[in-house]
Amino acid sequence: MPIEILMPALSPTMTEGNVTKWLKKEGDEVHSGDVLAEIETDKATMEFEAVDDGRLGRILVPEGAEGIKVNQPIALLLGEGEDPSALDKLAEKPATPVAAASAPEPLRAAEPRPLAQPAPGRRGNGKGRIFASPLARRMAQQAGLDLAAITGSGPQGRIVKADIEAALSVERPTPTPPRPTSQPQPTTLATLPSLSKERVLALAGNPPHTERPLTAMRRVIARRLTESKQTVPHFYLTVDCEIDELLKFRAELNGKSDAYRISVNDFVIRAAALALRQVPAANASWSDEAILLWDTVDIAVAVALEDGLITPIVKNADRKGLATIANETKDLAARARAGKLKLEEFQGGTFSISNLGMFGVRDFAAVINPPHGGILAVGTGEQRAIVKNGALSIATVMSCTLSCDHRAVDGAVGAQFLAAFKKLVEDPLTMLL
Amino acid sequence: MAENAFDLVVVGGGPGGYVAAIRAAQLGMETAVVEREHLGGICLNWGCIPTKALLRSSEIYHLLHRLDDFGFSAKDISFDAGKVVARSRAVAKQLSNGVAYLLRKNKVTVFDGQGRLAGKGRLAVAKGGNPVAELAAEHIVLATGARARSLPGLEPDGERIWTYKEAMVPPGIPKSLLVVGSGAIGIEFASFYHDMGTEVTVVEVLDRVLPVEDEEISAFARKAFERQGIKIHTAATVAALEHDGEGVTAQIQADGKGFEANVERVILAVGIVGNVEDIGLEDTGVVVDRTHIVVDEWLRTGEPGIYAIGDVVGPPWLAHKASHEGVICVEHIAGINDVHPLDIHNIPACTYCRPQIASVGLTEKAARDAGYELKVGHFPFIGNGKAIALGEPEGMVKTIFDSKTGELLGAHMIGAEVTELIQGYTIAKTLETTETDLIRTIFPHPTLSETMHEAVLDAYGRAIHF
Repeated sequence: MPIEILMPALSPTMTEGNVTKWLKKEGDEVHSGDVLAEIETDKATMEFEAVDDGRLGRILVPEGAEGIKVNQPIALLLGEGEDPSALDKLAEKPATPVAAASAPEPLRAAEPRPLAQPAPGRRGNGKGRIFASPLARRMAQQAGLDLAAITGSGPQGRIVKADIEAALSVERPTPTPPRPTSQPQPTTLATLPSLSKERVLALAGNPPHTERPLTAMRRVIARRLTESKQTVPHFYLTVDCEIDELLKFRAELNGKSDAYRISVNDFVIRAAALALRQVPAANASWSDEAILLWDTVDIAVAVALEDGLITPIVKNADRKGLATIANETKDLAARARAGKLKLEEFQGGTFSISNLGMFGVRDFAAVINPPHGGILAVGTGEQRAIVKNGALSIATVMSCTLSCDHRAVDGAVGAQFLAAFKKLVEDPLTMLL
Repeated sequence: MAENAFDLVVVGGGPGGYVAAIRAAQLGMETAVVEREHLGGICLNWGCIPTKALLRSSEIYHLLHRLDDFGFSAKDISFDAGKVVARSRAVAKQLSNGVAYLLRKNKVTVFDGQGRLAGKGRLAVAKGGNPVAELAAEHIVLATGARARSLPGLEPDGERIWTYKEAMVPPGIPKSLLVVGSGAIGIEFASFYHDMGTEVTVVEVLDRVLPVEDEEISAFARKAFERQGIKIHTAATVAALEHDGEGVTAQIQADGKGFEANVERVILAVGIVGNVEDIGLEDTGVVVDRTHIVVDEWLRTGEPGIYAIGDVVGPPWLAHKASHEGVICVEHIAGINDVHPLDIHNIPACTYCRPQIASVGLTEKAARDAGYELKVGHFPFIGNGKAIALGEPEGMVKTIFDSKTGELLGAHMIGAEVTELIQGYTIAKTLETTETDLIRTIFPHPTLSETMHEAVLDAYGRAIHF
């Protein structure tokens, strides 16, 4: 019997993915470990490897198909010597809407299929199917809710009436008819008030506009940062660091070799990592049961992409030299922009850094990337007039603002961290200790 | 005395208990059932099943009296009450044996005796006061069921004043009968005995028969029963029952007046109380409220590791509700992800009187009281070809929709075979279909089920055949 190749869950948050490219064609031999396709998730484009040997019997989901649910069959693999007619039996299974819609007439099964032919059954809008009860669909339509933004609690994750009611009760806290048997639904992010296009257009007064479709990454950014701002109690501490010494030191180091090119940000990463080591209470995350103090210092560095951002991680940054950090961040950023990061390279981390200095931003406050306990927002290094020992002088100053999750990191702890960070930045030789 | 360890033990082998046990065994748990009397519980042995066998007999007897309608004639139509009852018992026996087989097949151990909680995760089984076994189990599911309620002054004596149990195995068909209570149990017996030739009087304390059903259905049913010749007194009470050697004299109060009724037998069907005694609840965190065990949506009691399902948990007292609770309880224990609590609005209820009654969801009044704006549809059996061909034109289907969303809030049916039809609406409700889906569904012709389609169409002003 042919093996169903399912849309893989390439990250814990992945619920659906897009097939950006098939690297095997129907009829191709496939060996375990071969790259079958490129899958775009909410975070990155990843290579999807075969786990079984065989022949790619049928591609069920064409290139460019979007919003394919995790575990939905995307292709059928024939075992050794298996007859292609076996494909049709499997394809008729009703559980897979794409395949079911495409079950061809029996005669055609024996014919070789043109390789370039797009797999049949592709939905007109290219979107994955959303399972929702007819009642839930109608209620969502009446309320202007986007079903894609709602998590289903019914059988097999189907969106049911109770989910719409939960979404509506978040949006409008007016009492709805009592439902004695359904227990209150937890307010989940997915059920936050939705902003339908119609509603936004109405609020804006319907000016001319163009639409940019939401990418998976954009949805994740929207969801996670909304969650962060709404549930994480942020507070902000700002410190000014003089970096003339650091700039001089950097120039010296970069002059010594062509094997690396250390950026100011690499110093910031190293300093932040060492400061977290010195003030371990700042390297922490909140959980309902306990504050979790992390043993490692893994720093996520925000990298801007054309259509979003991603946060690759410099692992064990406190134990890495400046050159290593420099090379690593360069590589991570390049691969991030190419959409080629591996899952473990951008998931996790214990603390984040966001640097907008290159855009001339003086200082800003960043949104915490849960579950991190803090994020350091780094501004541009600029010459400022400063008063020292009663006299006016000039120094290159870089303002850094720490956003802390107050549940895990209190003001004094944040201040201690910033003090340690400032000391390291202003006396960069100590970073080598 | 045996000492046995299990993953899960069910106390009570009725439709809640044995189904829970089989599901637990399917999920790989070492499972036992403790049953004090007979596998299958009341349902199989003294409830649903044997009464359906009796009602089949009374239905046939009724049809025999209508032979002329269908072009037949026969003389000397009679019955042997002993055989009617014997058939009912044989049916019950066959099914009870079937349950024993199913449990064996699923490797569920059955203990014959009464279970009693005996400390954390322990259950003592005794038979006739003698210890049988000590069981240890992480999870204990109480499925002890319920029994007939008796009211002061209206105690059954087992001879002339019956509960359902005696009513099911009568020594003969009485000439006259008083049924106290017009819920499903009372009305089924009223219907059975009336069709077998008994003069039947029904007394109901509330203002209508079958008071949990939709008001229109109640009224339709009452009219049908009275046309058949059943006497019905609603908003009435039985103040006292006196019996001499020959019969029973009932003092009935209705409309502020008192009167007497002399009957040969009385059936008490005035409600249900949970079986919560002698099962060791005393020193546990299990909470009992008005004879029923209090549970959460996963059937957990106040005592960790102790669960309760079925009639002992409370209304609706229906076998299929008990079975479903058993499955939900066990699957939740097993950590299955896709388990969902029972929605009482999706539990169908059937009464097998003549004409039959079946319903699911809210009554019209309950829906209005809940604040819904409604669209209500009706369709009479007289507009249905199959009903007329069957000679069963007496019946009606009623649908209730939320006019805003098109949600099917309730469906209520009375007429021939409606107990077999209600599941169509139950599926629709469970899948949360709207009127659109029901209108688009093709109902086969000619069937009684077409009335269901028409009743939906009627709610939207589109009925074709009426």
